[in-house]
Amino acid sequence: MKITSNSPETTGELAAFLAGKLQPGDVLTLEGDLGAGKTTFTKALGAALGVTKTINSPTFTIIKEYAGDLPFYHMDAYRLEDTEEDLGFEEYFFGSGVTVVEWASYIEDFLPEERLEIRVSYEGEDARSFFFTPRSSHFETICEEITNEYISD
Amino acid sequence: MNNDQYLLAIETSCDETAVAVIKNETELVANVVASQIESHKRFGGVVPEIASRHHIEQITVTLEEALQEAGMTLDDMDAIGVTEGPGLVGALLVGVNAAKGIAFARQKPLVGVHHIAGHIYASRLEKEFEFPLLALVVSGGHTELVLMKGHNDFEVIGETRDDAAGEAYDKVARLLKLSYPGGPEIDKLAAAGEPVIDFPRAWLEEGSFDFSFSGLKSAVTNKLHNAGQKGEEFRPEDVAASFQESVVEVLSTKTKKAAAAYGVKQVIVAGGVAANSGLRARLLETFQETGQELLIPPLKFCTDNAAMIAAAGAVAYRQGHRAGWDLNAHPGLDLEEYGKRGRN
Repeated sequence: MKITSNSPETTGELAAFLAGKLQPGDVLTLEGDLGAGKTTFTKALGAALGVTKTINSPTFTIIKEYAGDLPFYHMDAYRLEDTEEDLGFEEYFFGSGVTVVEWASYIEDFLPEERLEIRVSYEGEDARSFFFTPRSSHFETICEEITNEYISD
Repeated sequence: MNNDQYLLAIETSCDETAVAVIKNETELVANVVASQIESHKRFGGVVPEIASRHHIEQITVTLEEALQEAGMTLDDMDAIGVTEGPGLVGALLVGVNAAKGIAFARQKPLVGVHHIAGHIYASRLEKEFEFPLLALVVSGGHTELVLMKGHNDFEVIGETRDDAAGEAYDKVARLLKLSYPGGPEIDKLAAAGEPVIDFPRAWLEEGSFDFSFSGLKSAVTNKLHNAGQKGEEFRPEDVAASFQESVVEVLSTKTKKAAAAYGVKQVIVAGGVAANSGLRARLLETFQETGQELLIPPLKFCTDNAAMIAAAGAVAYRQGHRAGWDLNAHPGLDLEEYGKRGRN
């Protein structure tokens, strides 16, 4: 499924819509080039989940935890390339919060099978495309809802 | 009767295993740091699992060395302090469990310490604090302006909205194919270059003390990419100098404005990027003009160490802050919340 956004505001609305459908234990992977808008999307998603603190880069610490209506975990596996370490991912993936993983391909072996894969691509100064690939029936339902309720609005 | 108080502190939040002993809050009696930088060079950054394993190997030796340096035993300590967070969970756990083991075995009070509080308190090893003061905390994982109206009273008045300054340094160092850690390498190159490229400065909204460095990182990437396509070439020295000029100008200008807005008496620079010579020089110049006292810790206290954890821990201990035997590592420990513990 592809959704195009023409501004950071629209990206924010999309993220907020998605956030409203998420449940504890949901895992979202986020791929996209530097500057593609992964951070903008994650900030909006976290804010919609009730996080009030500033969400900033987890590159250095790899995992950042935030308190919201649901716990919100922001991971960046950028520095885990070529390593096979398990940082206790299961506790996050199968925990009570929502997890967003950037550079998820570096920890492919640890990712849960049931997840929503999101790829962001740069289409111009403010325009971005979001490609959603649901990996479970729960996420398929969410994608259908996005198509029916969000896009048709 | 001897009223001197001794606190032993352990720090293992990232890639240094460190133990220190402090007397009466500000007199350093022992300070030992075992660095892992060599092991992590190969990966271009700290690898958490390798870091944890190193900490386990080093902790006992480092502890013994520190006690030897102090000429004391664990029984001479009044309290045990340890970095509780933020940091890498596996790394933090090594220090937390070592501290808990020691405190339990010797029946000593245990104090959990915030890593960033430690970086700020490193300056108190040199000079007594005068409040209100402003701390600019700059490292690989942090870029924050912290206002302190009293001991352990922290208010974050500005922070990065995306990447930390140190992270931008590391990423640009990678682009320039420099070795890890990238900050010192860029600093060295920059000293031999000219800031001929006008990279963007993210000032954000008027009056905001927040920072943003992700645009700068992208700007450097794009500039090098475009130049490469046109067959142009920039001297790495000039790229480093131009990048550093942008970072230093934003950091020093925002710090100056915040220091004026809050009428602080002292300005502290803390964290690994405080070792950057370009930043030090600019801040010295800036605060010579305003007359506000600038405290920059010596280089050995800018990078991670346990002396700073001991300095912060000793104050928290005096304020009555005690951890229980259920003390755990808190990778996301909040600075403001941490500060409230001891003062309640």
